Amino acid sequence: MSILVDASSRVVVQGITGGEGTFHTQRMIEYGTTVAAGVTPRKGGTLHLGVPVFDTVAEAVRNEGVDASVIFVPAVHAPSAIREAAEAGIRLIVCITEGIEVLSMVGIKDFLRRKPALLVGPNTPGVISPGKAKLGIMPGPIHRAGRVGVVSRSGTLTYEAVHQLTRLGFGQSTAVGIGGDPVVGLSFVDILSLFERDPETEAVVLIGEIGGTAEEEAAALLGRGYAKPVVAYVAGLTAPPGRRMGHAGAIMSGRHGTASHKIELLETAGTRIVRSPAAIGKAVAAALAGKS
Amino acid sequence: MRIHEYQAKNLLSPFGVLTPNGRVASTPEEARDAAERIGRPVLVKAQIQAGGRGKAGGVLRAASPAEAEAAASRLLGRPLVTGQTGPEGRLVRSVLVEEALDIARELYIGLTIDRSQAALAFLVAPRGGVEVEALTAEQPGLVLEQTIHLSDGVLPAQAERAASALGLTGPAFTSAAELFTDLVRAFSALNASLLEINPLVLTSDGRLVAADVKVEIDDNALPFHAALRELRDPDEESPAEREAAAAGLSFVKLDGDVGCIVNGAGLAMATMDLVALAGGRPANFLDVGGGVSEEAVAKAFSLLVSDPGVRSTLVNIFGGIVRCDLVVRGIVRAARENGCRVPVVMRLEGTNVDEARMLLAGSGLPFVVVPDMETAAREAVRLARGAGGPR
Repeated sequence: MSILVDASSRVVVQGITGGEGTFHTQRMIEYGTTVAAGVTPRKGGTLHLGVPVFDTVAEAVRNEGVDASVIFVPAVHAPSAIREAAEAGIRLIVCITEGIEVLSMVGIKDFLRRKPALLVGPNTPGVISPGKAKLGIMPGPIHRAGRVGVVSRSGTLTYEAVHQLTRLGFGQSTAVGIGGDPVVGLSFVDILSLFERDPETEAVVLIGEIGGTAEEEAAALLGRGYAKPVVAYVAGLTAPPGRRMGHAGAIMSGRHGTASHKIELLETAGTRIVRSPAAIGKAVAAALAGKS
Repeated sequence: MRIHEYQAKNLLSPFGVLTPNGRVASTPEEARDAAERIGRPVLVKAQIQAGGRGKAGGVLRAASPAEAEAAASRLLGRPLVTGQTGPEGRLVRSVLVEEALDIARELYIGLTIDRSQAALAFLVAPRGGVEVEALTAEQPGLVLEQTIHLSDGVLPAQAERAASALGLTGPAFTSAAELFTDLVRAFSALNASLLEINPLVLTSDGRLVAADVKVEIDDNALPFHAALRELRDPDEESPAEREAAAAGLSFVKLDGDVGCIVNGAGLAMATMDLVALAGGRPANFLDVGGGVSEEAVAKAFSLLVSDPGVRSTLVNIFGGIVRCDLVVRGIVRAARENGCRVPVVMRLEGTNVDEARMLLAGSGLPFVVVPDMETAAREAVRLARGAGGPR
């Protein structure tokens, strides 16, 4: 059993009939993910890509026993889509949508405190456990099943790390994008804790970036002792203060959230810091060689 | 999105926040007129979206309407250079003329998003007029930070603690507690990501007045709120940034000489870092985004190579959703149409990379294609140096 998703995951796609939803559902199915249902209001009762479509998530849960959701609905509807999935008893909600208002996410996090659902994202490439299931938009073929966990705030940097690992012969247990927005569901700390307990994960790659304190909190956790080697890269050493670097969450304010501070704390906490994003794969190889 | 001080004050007033009596002026005559209507000594404040205006001479005191006119003519139409503007400064297009307050004490209030708590962080300090970061570093005990959960609002105990931390007593204590509640309401209603009153002035007649206000709006809220969108001042962005935004590109101008075209925000930042690691300086941040068109890539390329500060260009694409061939088509088109005066180094990986390489080979354009991004960065830095002759 890998973290978050598994070959037995039964997935519902919210927004399955939209452009993005259609394109990526097709690819998730090709990858071998069990997409058991789709949800689009007022399109219930139809089939889309061979998948039964329902008006609501609750009906998808009742009829198809889905336990995980991937959300592709536009930003204006995404907050209510997350709430609906949590209300319907979905265990894992992956919200791909970019552009959700930050204060809406604050409200959703308040709401989710009283629900058992786990949220990944928003503004994330999703979650993949290679060879088992892909819940998201990442290119499937660069992945390979294995024992390295990857967690990141950035999509393309995750692909970059995964690609390097696969080329060097290291597969991945699970790769998780926690999302590029200021307020997201599961944090670095949450995912690191899951990887630590996961018997299929032997080493972890953490990819951070400027803005916020997610890396600082990860460093605090790792500094208390962590059972597996962690390789970390933090993007944005050259980013100017006060300017947003693409991701809504990638902005430094005052002295908070600088890459150099994050790197310093992660290094003190015992992670292997790589300065070049091209060196992530090699650093994992070295960490695993040093371990055995 | 940042907005001007006068806009922020106009937004806060309806929430019950007291602001100085003031008017915006874009000519010295208007400034004189504003000072006449106010009828007492005024401050003439340059309206640019950067901090450090006071120290840089962007806030002038005027005892009479004639002095206000003179102050405005010194500020208007000239760039103001502060610690936050960069050496070129920002052109002052308007000034805020407002009553000079009788200051008893200067205080600080700030509200921002606490990302990890998914709540608001509410900061107060009994000293205002200095940067809160500097204050925190100097006297960490002075700044009180409390977490406000939106579902609860400001709890009475939190309001009292904050008012005490500001050192207020009597009627000012009561009005501070009300002010906190008003500010949290305003923060939510405006979809702010930052709201700072610095200084909050306790006047000699016991009122709490927001003497300077800084508000930043959540960019993600703009598509949903036309009224907030209208606050954007396009003059505060560089022409290249405006063009890039219109083409759907995420672009930030920097002061280096290696232009960067990348897909994905994280990879774009990492590419800038690689340029620095190779001893060079990135000219920009540019994320073409997932759903980019050939036209937008062409636009991105033209923007970079038309910048006289750019001496080489580094293209770093990890094709997932973005196809390498689409990016190359866009660049080849732009290079054919507008020419290309700087060397271009490309690192292409992922979706349709073989097709992209064939397109490049058939284009006859002298682009350098390298197998990995470290080599690409080194090569782009080397070429940037070469383009300007030996240094």
